[in-house]
Amino acid sequence: MLHYDLVIVGGGPAGLAAAAAAKKSGLESIIILERDHELGGILNQCIHNGFGLHTFKEELTGPEYAGRFIDEVTALQIEYKLNTMVMDITADKKVTAMNRNDGLFEIQAKAIILAMGCRERPRGALNIPGYRPAGIYSAGTAQRLVNIEGFMPGREVVILGSGDIGLIMARRMTLEGAKVKVVAELMPFSGGLKRNIVQCLDDFGIPLKLSHTVVDIEGKERVEGITLAEVDQTGRPIPGTEEHYTCDTLLLSCGLIPENELSRGIGVDMEPVTNGPVVNESLETSVPGVFACGNVLHVHDLVDFVSEEAAAAGKNAARYIRECGQTSDMGSAVKLCTEGIVRYTVPKTIHIERMEDELTVRFRVGAVQKNCYVSAYFDEERVIKKRRPVVAPGEMEEVKLKKEMLLKYPDLKKITFRVEEA
Amino acid sequence: MEKRELTCIGCPLGCAITVTMESGEIVGITGHTCKRGEEYARKEVTNPTRIVTSIVKVEGGKIPMVSVKTKSDIPKNKIFDVVRGLKNVTVKAPVHIGDVIVSDIADTGVAVVATKNVDIL
Repeated sequence: MLHYDLVIVGGGPAGLAAAAAAKKSGLESIIILERDHELGGILNQCIHNGFGLHTFKEELTGPEYAGRFIDEVTALQIEYKLNTMVMDITADKKVTAMNRNDGLFEIQAKAIILAMGCRERPRGALNIPGYRPAGIYSAGTAQRLVNIEGFMPGREVVILGSGDIGLIMARRMTLEGAKVKVVAELMPFSGGLKRNIVQCLDDFGIPLKLSHTVVDIEGKERVEGITLAEVDQTGRPIPGTEEHYTCDTLLLSCGLIPENELSRGIGVDMEPVTNGPVVNESLETSVPGVFACGNVLHVHDLVDFVSEEAAAAGKNAARYIRECGQTSDMGSAVKLCTEGIVRYTVPKTIHIERMEDELTVRFRVGAVQKNCYVSAYFDEERVIKKRRPVVAPGEMEEVKLKKEMLLKYPDLKKITFRVEEA
Repeated sequence: MEKRELTCIGCPLGCAITVTMESGEIVGITGHTCKRGEEYARKEVTNPTRIVTSIVKVEGGKIPMVSVKTKSDIPKNKIFDVVRGLKNVTVKAPVHIGDVIVSDIADTGVAVVATKNVDIL
């Protein structure tokens, strides 16, 4: 059995930033386990630019952004194993993994950081009728084929879902000579960033049909066409609105789901809204010494915030090991609650004595609201109100809590987050 | 009088901006709700530019393709010329981030540089 103080599962942006921060906090014995043949995770296939505006104050492409963190991890001499799949993690922090060189092996860790990222929602989860012909890909799969393998998955494309990867792929396939006929979105608004709608669709004259979905896929061996229909407010197709499109490819960009098979195996408490673990102010799960960060915790839209969150997890894991695993009594925590269109918060509890001077609380809303306040109520008193011209499901919100602020309320039981009309 | 409809990308509001042009001159901008919106609209109708990203083939590398980008933004109407200009380009491994792949792409005066390190196989 191998022994490491800290095992980080996943070598994408979250794992890399967590590792660097843990090392810089004084931790020596760290290993990153990554299942791909290189570090960097999904950033390697995100060849478009726009990453790093917050972190580096410049626009980088995905591989460049990953490169900065890979360089840092290399310079800090942090160990990692590639082509390595973690099979199981136990609550007493025994990690079982395998690769072609070592075979099956075990690592006993003192702390673990979960940084496995997320996966795309597959066709099977979308209830689209029709056969199972070739030519249906998740947008991320198509992205990998085009950008990493240099292979075009099709010539005439329809995209279902207006998530950012779908929008990015609409442009990418167009530049590579494909005809992208339409992007259909079930919701009355796009889940993607405005910038991507303008620069990936409008620039190339690709129509975006809101409140539309695919109601039929034709073709038995290969996709031959699809039928779109408008949906009503409950998301049900409206008869008579069907439109037919011939195409050989259907890309799906219908949401991302944190990949938590390993987390569930450990037995950490899960948050049904995010499909990620429930965490406290230290980004520690319900199993002491097991931390989570990045898209495995909740799906982010900007990698900069993943790096920021992951660095906090790395720092906290280092502290946990330094303090020999003494966690404070879980009972004394302040609960973070949500109301109205606020769907969840990360973290979910705060132990004031363990929180840093400033703590970032992140959340998403379930509906678009213009001209509003994002407010935090300390028990019944509104303590924070932040004016926002608009909040939308596609853009993560954040509120910064200051420790000194919380210390002024010694009997504080809960903090409630609301979005209110201004 | 020519009207151009734009969606501002400055923030999630995504204001619908209308720019009115007369013989190539901007005579009116409406629909924006902040100064950034006005600046964006002005730039979009007079000199729209974009960074173009793509991939080129690598010989003898650990991976078959390397990602690249234009070192600075190029005129929007040259996007397809840039991509076409990269179609038959092949580079030899190793490649490092920032290596110049094409020094002047599609007569834009802008270089195309690698955005990923590729080691020798």
